[in-house]
Amino acid sequence: MIFSTKVGISGYGAYVPVYRVRDSEIERIWGGEGAPVEEKSVPGLDEDSLTMAFEAAREALTMSGVNREDVGAVLVGSESPPYAVKPSATVISEALGVTPKVIAIDMEFACKAGTTALILASALVASKAIKCGLAIGTDNAQAKPGDELEYTAGAGAAAFLISELSSDSVAEIECAFSYVTDTPDFWRREGEKYPRHTYRFTGEPAYFHHVISAAKGLMEEVGLKPSDFDYVVFHQPNVRFPLRAAQQLGFSTERVKPGIVCDKIGNTYAASSLIGLVRVLDQAKPGQRILVVSFGSGAGSDAISLVTREGVGKRRSSLSTLLERKIYVDYGAYTKLKGLLG
Amino acid sequence: MVWSESVPRFWRERARKYRLVGGRCRKCNSIVYPHRSVCPHCGAENMEPIELPRRGKVVTFSVVRHPPRGFEGKEPFLVAVIELENGARVLSQLVDVHPEDVKEGMEVVAVFRRYREQAPNGIIEYGIKFRPLK
Ligand SMILES: [Zn+2]
Repeated sequence: MIFSTKVGISGYGAYVPVYRVRDSEIERIWGGEGAPVEEKSVPGLDEDSLTMAFEAAREALTMSGVNREDVGAVLVGSESPPYAVKPSATVISEALGVTPKVIAIDMEFACKAGTTALILASALVASKAIKCGLAIGTDNAQAKPGDELEYTAGAGAAAFLISELSSDSVAEIECAFSYVTDTPDFWRREGEKYPRHTYRFTGEPAYFHHVISAAKGLMEEVGLKPSDFDYVVFHQPNVRFPLRAAQQLGFSTERVKPGIVCDKIGNTYAASSLIGLVRVLDQAKPGQRILVVSFGSGAGSDAISLVTREGVGKRRSSLSTLLERKIYVDYGAYTKLKGLLG
Repeated sequence: MVWSESVPRFWRERARKYRLVGGRCRKCNSIVYPHRSVCPHCGAENMEPIELPRRGKVVTFSVVRHPPRGFEGKEPFLVAVIELENGARVLSQLVDVHPEDVKEGMEVVAVFRRYREQAPNGIIEYGIKFRPLK
């Protein structure tokens, strides 16, 4: 899809909690081997998907310099909201000071809701229904102790302030393409604490089919080819999957590596591809094209093409600081932080 | 800090808890947190709400090892007096740091966190805490 008027990112932000647990520490307890990432982020006892979303959104809003009253939408994509019923979007909007005249809503599509929030905020701005919109991807991923998901289930958030394209924009949102099917690779029923997944099924028919179809769909629709992109960012459930998706689509490893963060923070679910985009925007120069492809179980992918503008590089996010700021915890402290001690 | 399990009370206080809103006395210019209607310094009933700066320094701190109701399982945690960039003093939890690593004068920045849960099926109270800037 191509938006009816040109829209862009005027501010962006990310958040990663300070705590980390090494996969070698999880292996020490559960006896696994061949860890999918090096270490993963762990939220503090007083953090959840809502507090992380706020921190990323505040950074995006501050970077943009946009007036609070011009924020017409706060769209929060997450699969780990603190309440089953009561929106995170209202708390975040109130804390940002953008209430009450705002479209505020929580959105869920496993790890894909953040990029869908970005597409919808762009469409609302493009149609001139609102002046600016905030799109947020945030998750505090839960995994059953000892499950293979425990090695990667991380926590983090990313947020983007979308406005009409201007000379000050960080990047233009050029076009988007969504690809979804009913594929039961991963789910969590109401009232259940942990998700279930279908192991090997999560690869080919789920992740790779949707990521590759969305990326190809976007390039075919607007006549772009892999060599037109300077950077490509995929959903990062582990380090292997995005590298393999890049290879299958014909992108060199050098294009995908700059956006990979999951080796250091794990899989941040709805924030995963968006924190990757923040990482890329923090190092890009004006006039570069970026492809972002999310994946959400259930299943679907959003592919989004962006072109950086003059605003990129003038302001950077705090992500590189947050990636360096770490307190390592052992498995015992990890279970306390995860609330497993009751 | 006064804790109450009242949902209406938390709702009334949300702006000052979420956004670090204190009070400035229009008569003597003192800044207090949280906002109140009577100035504790000159007694004037002429206070206006003011959003406070998010950065400051630790003046003094204490480690809580026997938590009050609603904070069980979170111990040990830190409570600190923070002097903000405009001189206002705030009593707040200090997070993301081990008690042995805290120092007086340490630079801190406001973050948005969970205060407590009123009950496992109750309201989650959110608000401002501080973490080390570096
Ligand atoms: Zn006074």
